[in-house]
Amino acid sequence: MSILIDADTTFIVQGITGREAVNLTRECLDYGAGAKVVGGVTPGRLGRDVHGVPVFDTVAQAVEHHGSPIYGSVVTVPPAFTKDAVFEAIENGVQLIVIVTERIPRRDVAEMVELANLRGARIIGPNCLGIIVPDVIKMGGIGGPAKNASQAYTPGPIGVISRSGGMTTEMSSTLSAAGLGQSTAVSIGGDAIIGQTYAELMPLFEADEQTQGIVIYTEPGGRMEAELASWVTENNSRLPIVAFMAGRFMDEMPGMSFGHAGTIVEGKEDTAGEKIARLAQAGITVAERIEDIPQMIGEKIAQGSAR
Amino acid sequence: MRLFEYEAREVVKRAGIPVTDYGFTTDPAEAAQIAQRIGGPTVIKSQVLSGGRMKAGGVKFADTPEQAEAYAKDILALEIGGHTPRGVLVDPKAEVEQEYYAGVVWDGTRKQPVMIFSPVGGIDIEQVAEEQPEKVGRRHFSNILPLSDFQAKEVIASTGVTGSALNRLVPIVTRLAKLFVDNDMVLAEINPLGRLADGSFVALDAHMDMENEARGRHRKLLADLGVGEEETRQAREATPFELAGEEVDATDHRGVAGNVTEFDGNLGLVIGAGGGSLTLFDAVRAHGGDPANYCEIGGNPSVAKACGLAKLVLGKPGVDKIAVMMSIVSNTRVDIVARGVIKACVELGYDPAEKIAIFRIPGAWEEEGFKILEKYGVDYADRSVSLNEAARRAVEKIQGAPA
Amino acid sequence: MRADGMFIAVEVDDQAAADTALARKLTEACPVDIYAQRDDGALQIVEQNLDECVLCRLCLDASPDGAVKVIKLYDDGAVL
Repeated sequence: MSILIDADTTFIVQGITGREAVNLTRECLDYGAGAKVVGGVTPGRLGRDVHGVPVFDTVAQAVEHHGSPIYGSVVTVPPAFTKDAVFEAIENGVQLIVIVTERIPRRDVAEMVELANLRGARIIGPNCLGIIVPDVIKMGGIGGPAKNASQAYTPGPIGVISRSGGMTTEMSSTLSAAGLGQSTAVSIGGDAIIGQTYAELMPLFEADEQTQGIVIYTEPGGRMEAELASWVTENNSRLPIVAFMAGRFMDEMPGMSFGHAGTIVEGKEDTAGEKIARLAQAGITVAERIEDIPQMIGEKIAQGSAR
Repeated sequence: MRLFEYEAREVVKRAGIPVTDYGFTTDPAEAAQIAQRIGGPTVIKSQVLSGGRMKAGGVKFADTPEQAEAYAKDILALEIGGHTPRGVLVDPKAEVEQEYYAGVVWDGTRKQPVMIFSPVGGIDIEQVAEEQPEKVGRRHFSNILPLSDFQAKEVIASTGVTGSALNRLVPIVTRLAKLFVDNDMVLAEINPLGRLADGSFVALDAHMDMENEARGRHRKLLADLGVGEEETRQAREATPFELAGEEVDATDHRGVAGNVTEFDGNLGLVIGAGGGSLTLFDAVRAHGGDPANYCEIGGNPSVAKACGLAKLVLGKPGVDKIAVMMSIVSNTRVDIVARGVIKACVELGYDPAEKIAIFRIPGAWEEEGFKILEKYGVDYADRSVSLNEAARRAVEKIQGAPA
Repeated sequence: MRADGMFIAVEVDDQAAADTALARKLTEACPVDIYAQRDDGALQIVEQNLDECVLCRLCLDASPDGAVKVIKLYDDGAVL
């Protein structure tokens, strides 16, 4: 199976008439068997269509047109309007929201996440490329045009979670080349506060029979890796994990931010060195090079234990 | 974006939290006038965005206005941690009975702000947390439910503070939490928060860090404080090379080709995207490479921007060749970046095959991209060559095999 | 008329170039502003934008067959 989405997932695209959103819609429609993009929303553009997808002014109109609840939404509207768009989706019963938009202040993100938690909805991102279930469905720009996505992603036993959208594809492509496909790959976003962290997605992978191992991409900044290490230790996870840590050079440059908004090293616990130690303590193997990952995760799966 | 102490204090004051009757100036003579007005012993504090002011001699105690003037003159000329002071703060030397700590930060795991309070102030809160954990109270608060005094009361009371001190502290901590939220701060700290002989409290120093992404919605406050739109206030001031990188990125609104950071080496890097750049920079260094710069391409920039970035790196003294490398792209296009970097070489009068040590960008539109690279004889690699291997080849070609 | 960049050339037959309605359609269609209209409404090719061409074919879709040619100079002059 997969986590978060499957062949039956319906979703809308908020901000669908934007330049990047038009491409993203095309890509999702072209990819896999499951793409059910049931509508798009751009205020003032009711009645238009984007690659055959009807455009509405409001999420409520899209839901009404669809005739039953819509499961997901890809939000790609400018930062100043994102919070409202996400609130709108949540209040109209959308349960899974992928926020593509970058440069959203974290106060807004925190508000969106808290409302989602109250309503039992889930947010992926912001500043992410979305979710892909190889050969079935992709929700967001992940992997790019359908042709490119098929080149990198293949079905299989590995769950991929990454703070970098591009590296989600780089790692999955490396796994695919070694014959290790992916159950689901999730680009969780590069910001300091995001909807779903590694530890929050782990229970889903844990419950997914197809998934036999996890590969994650991590960076300096924040406490997300420490949270994962605790989760793995406390929950006696069945899933072996291999992590790749980028940005090791940043340990020498405290206070500077590189790559993503969330990467700044503010304290000792934020550093790559500290994170590697914590992950290792929890039995998570930390790879030095991407090309070593397939063999490492393959061996851990073969050994049949998470530690 | 960090605020200077004098700016942070102004924010604190506007939030209704008592501050001392201080003055800010860039002129020693004016420092004397402020000290005169205060009438009594003063503290002269360097206004720099750098820790360790006290140790570096950036804080001095003056008994008279003349002394205040002399110290102000010294401090204004004193560079601390590579930063020239913005000015000096002339502060009344308060008779403090006890120093407290109050702060608000984000907790990325809980995804909520957290109030932190301690009756042990004046030193680094992390040190207090380590040595006297029972003296540090923490309490998260909601992003969407109303902020209310009881939350501050709980966190203060949890550290054993009671009596009139508790009741006087509650509104201060609540106001600090409110200013944190209202001003999109990522850190708002009053340390020390002093209790005076009459039992009242006053903020004696403040640290504020506003989220860069939110600057746009605080234009009025920033203008009032005199913060220029161009001020980045990074840990290190931007070099001319880095500023030129920002100019390249501002050429048009399509994608990113910038985020340049200057380094001392001679290995020119034109790399991307966010995670790919971090990975590649590590890989280059792991192979003994000495990068001339860090940068990021992403979000499908225009040919003109990719060209501008490549020209900038090629033009850096000491750089002979560039390595053009990214993780597999899905939004940025291989052919567009290939056009940009080749154009940069040609327009500078160079042979692209000579100047581009390696081009490793697989992904969207790679067939077109590879055709362009072949036409110009540029050495390129597809996804079967790992980021790490590409970095190794770049180091070997540009700096020679490691001795 | 024809204009060449380093990677891309665009050729528009003269009759089409004089058609102001077509010129407007091309100007609106091109996402990277390769086409513009002169003061008299006739078509103008913006040379500095030629190499920004994203091969999207929108200009080909907007014009009669054969009136506009997008040429890939890096691919032995292959026509899009």
